[in-house]
Parts: sequence; structure tokens; C-alpha cells
Amino acid sequence: MKTSTILRHSLTHLFIIALGVLMIYPIVWMIISSFKPNNMIFSDTGLIPKAVTIDNYVSGWKGYAGTTFGKFFANSLFICSVAIVGNVISCAMAAYAFARLKFAGKRFWFVVMMATLMLPGHVTLVPRYILFNTFGWVGTYLPILVPKFLATDAFFVFLLVQFIRGLPKEIEEAAIIDGCGKVGVFLRIIVPLAAPALVTTALFTFLWTWDDFFNHLLYLTRPDTFTVSRALRTFVGDAGAVSNWGGALAMSTLSIIPAFILFFSLQRYFVQGITTTGLKG
Amino acid sequence: MFLTPWLLGFLVLTLYPMLYSLGLSLTDYDFTQPDSTHWIGFANYQKMFGSAFGQSEFTASTGETVRVDPYYMKSLSVTFTYVFVSVPLKLIVALGVAVLMNQKLRGVSFYRAVYYIPTLLGGSVAIAVLWRKLFEKDGLVNGILGTIGFSDLPGWITNPQYSLWTLILLTVWQFGSSMIIFLAGLKQIPQEYYEAASVDGASKVRQFFAITIPLLSPVILFNLVMQMIYAFQAFTQAYIIGGGRGGVLNSTLFYTLHLYIQGWTYHEMGYASAMAWVLLLIIGGITAVIFLSSKWWVSYGTGE
Repeated sequence: MKTSTILRHSLTHLFIIALGVLMIYPIVWMIISSFKPNNMIFSDTGLIPKAVTIDNYVSGWKGYAGTTFGKFFANSLFICSVAIVGNVISCAMAAYAFARLKFAGKRFWFVVMMATLMLPGHVTLVPRYILFNTFGWVGTYLPILVPKFLATDAFFVFLLVQFIRGLPKEIEEAAIIDGCGKVGVFLRIIVPLAAPALVTTALFTFLWTWDDFFNHLLYLTRPDTFTVSRALRTFVGDAGAVSNWGGALAMSTLSIIPAFILFFSLQRYFVQGITTTGLKG
Repeated sequence: MFLTPWLLGFLVLTLYPMLYSLGLSLTDYDFTQPDSTHWIGFANYQKMFGSAFGQSEFTASTGETVRVDPYYMKSLSVTFTYVFVSVPLKLIVALGVAVLMNQKLRGVSFYRAVYYIPTLLGGSVAIAVLWRKLFEKDGLVNGILGTIGFSDLPGWITNPQYSLWTLILLTVWQFGSSMIIFLAGLKQIPQEYYEAASVDGASKVRQFFAITIPLLSPVILFNLVMQMIYAFQAFTQAYIIGGGRGGVLNSTLFYTLHLYIQGWTYHEMGYASAMAWVLLLIIGGITAVIFLSSKWWVSYGTGE
């Protein structure tokens, strides 16, 4: 290799590393600051804390209105699990229909489904709220969870349609010759073969439901039903004043752990999911 | 049968609410007093845009005097500034980093993961809380600027001149998804094109504009549309960082935030529905313009 090439390569590396440090510095700073005594969070910009304490975790964990963060985490996990089940089942069914079945108006409904991808959720917001309110669902998890069972996340339907279309048709045809019905084909062939796409769906459903704030703000009214994201908001007061920064940073740190674990254990699926659909962010 | 859940969801949770909200937008519906709802025609729309025509109040068809919304135009301009600055910046950064990452370098997948982390955590309240802390008067950013010799630094969040820019910076910081899509697009470009261009003596910069950009244009279009639609609907960051309101002097009063405040703080749900429909028209209109213009700048490589 020529010296100039080596120089260019090292410069590129250096630049990429510098940019990378800049990218994650705020997050690393948050994690480290959460272990600093409250009065040092403000003055200390460095990454190596001069004193380490877990007081912030103790004070933050106490939570809000007598409900601890343990309860908030349990609530979030519950919502996420149910949402995953709902999304995976309903989106896979819709995607199978769009990708493989023949029915009247298929093209039309497919275009409609794709159009809902671009529809801002705010247009349906008020009537949905009124609807759920007349059902007596406001204050419960139903307004958040029921839509998941009705395949309202068009992103995932689209992702799964793309994936199922790419599967070889021969296996299904063979199964039909062997006397397998549509349901059999779906359960025994499509679902197992589409596993990578279903994992992507499950992953992003988890992340978005975990991070969702708007729906939780609208529909969750009692502190004992709050999710982690809804509860974190209570650290930032109405005028934007924060009384307990240490606690806020400590609980924020805890709240991002699930995303980290998922990302690093299933990175491959993330990259696949993003490149095939351009999932938001 | 397999389509039932989706069809039910579409009819009950999308189509019906859409039409319902169009109807509501012509009323003064307040969900705490649903019985006193009046048909007010286009008064909600007049309330929105009245201030643009110098109106401060007008008489609705019910005979009532209605004050025009003094903050609507502000929320529109905040949102437009946010979308039209943050989206192009984000795509430029994403493309630049993707090009860097497309070289044969050791540890590229590790770097890619690092760059994706802010996006991964992007919409979370935790990051919004962190951002507020970073850009406060005594936050980390000023701490670092202070140590390298700056003084008299403003509170970036509390100064209306800068607060929107901290939110734009937050958005640009989360360029990970666009970067990964660009990277996938770059990998599809055959190396021979670059080799041929090198033989012809084209510089790297010229190669970038003559080969990379045109061949990547469908991916650019895709990223542009998705990010634009997404940016118009931004809410969480503005809500948390602005403390549940539009920040100081409404400098970060995003459209969706204003809609939420009107609908759920003031119970003006008819008005909120009208705002939602205008948002739909704006997003639809801009998407249509981008698609129509795309035939001038997007090449699908068929004519070669």
C-alpha cells in the first residue's frame, strides 16, 4: 500500500471515531451522571465522576404518587408483550392475504393500505378518543392494545407482504396438492418461513410501544397504570422545571436498557428491518 | 378471512374516524359538553387562518363572536422551519456518513451500530429529558463551551432565539435509519462505474455527483418522503423539552403540540379536528409535489 493511501485511511478512521464519540457522548454522559451526587451533575462535565453514589437510583425509583418505578416497568413490559402478540398475529394475517390470496378488490385494498402508511395519526385522533371514551376505555390499556390486534400498523403489513412475496411458491403448491388448506399453508409454511420478518415486527413493536409517549399521555390517567415513558415525564414539571435531576437521569438510564439489550443481541434483524422498509427514526 | 382484522381496523379505526373528524371540524364539539355542539361551518378554519388576514375576531354563523387563534400561525411557522431545516440536514449528514462507511474499513459494522444508537433511543422520553439537561444554562454544552473559553453563554432551551435549533439538532443527531438505507443503496451501485470513471480521469467529487447521486436518487426520494412525513408529526421531544407547552414565547410550539393543547387542555375538539385535517392536506400536498418533481431528478436507471 502506498503511504498516501495509509494516510488517507487513518484520517478516515480518525474522523469516523471522532464523529462516533460525538454521537454517543451525551448518552454516556447521562449514564455516568446518573451515578454522580446531585450537586455535581451540574458542575462536572467530565466522564470520570469524582464521587460515585446510587442515591439517584434510590430517589428516582420511589416514583410518583406512591407508585414505584418497579410498577411502571411492569406496566410497560405488560403493554409491550400484548402489543407484540397482537401486531404479529394481525399483521401476518393481513400480509398473507395481500401477498398470496386472491380476492375481490385486492389491488384496491392494497393501495388503501399503503395510503394509510402516510396518513398522519392526528386525523383520527379526536374521533378515536371519543369512541374509546364512549366504550369507557379511557384510563385503561385497551385504547393502546386493541388497535394492535387490528393490524393498524401498516408499516409491518407492508414489511411482511414484501417478505412473503419473496418466498418460493413451490412449497405452498406442494402443500396444497397434499391436501393442506389455506389456514394450514399459513400456519405451517408461511409463518415459519417468514420468521425473520416476524422477529423484526416483534422487535420494532416492542421499541415503539416502550418509547411511545403520546398515546400513553392521552389514555393513561391514573399513576398506577403509568408506563415508564409516561412516568418519566413527571420529572419534568409543567413549566419545564426539574426538581430531581439525579433521579430523572437515573430512571432515564434504566429506561433505555431494554432497547440496548435488544439492539445488541439482534442487530442483524434491525438492519434488515430498516433497509427493507425504512422504518421511521 | 385473513384480511378481517386489518379490514375491521381500517373501517373502525381509520376510515370512520377520518370522516367523523371531518364532520367534527365543522362543529364546536367539546367532549365535556357534547350536548351543546353547534354546526359552525368553516368557523374553525377561519379561526386558524384569520390572523394571517389581520383579523382578531369574527362573527360565526351561530351569531357568536369568535376570537381567531393567535398562536396558530406561529405553530405553523415553527413546524415548517423545523421540517424544512432538519430533514435536508439529516439526509445530508446520513448520506455523508453512509459514503464514509461504504469504504472498505475495519470495524465498519461496529461504527454503524454506534451511529445508530441515538436513533434507536430517539423517540424516548429519556432522550428528551437528557436533551433538556444538555442545553440548559448550566448544562453540559455550556460547560464544555465554557472550558474552551466562551463566556456569557445563553440558556439554549430557555432562549426563544435558539430553542427550536436545539430540537433540530436533536433530530439531525438521529440520522441512523436514513444512513442504513443509504448504505444499502450504495452497496447496489456497481463498482465498474467508478472504475470506468477513474480511467476517464473523473475526480472523486465529480464521481460522487455524476454517479452516486443519480443512482441513489430513488433512495433519496424514499428517505425524503418518509422523514418529511415523520417530521411533521414530531411531538414527544417538543412536549417534554417545552415542559408540556410551546416553550418560551411558543418558540417550540409544534403543530401537533398545539393540536394536543387545543383538544385536550382546552377541550376544543372540533377545532383540533380541523387542525388535523389541515395537517393532512399539508402533508399530502407536499408529498404530491415531491413525487411530481421527482420525475426531473430521480432516475431509475432504465434509459442506459
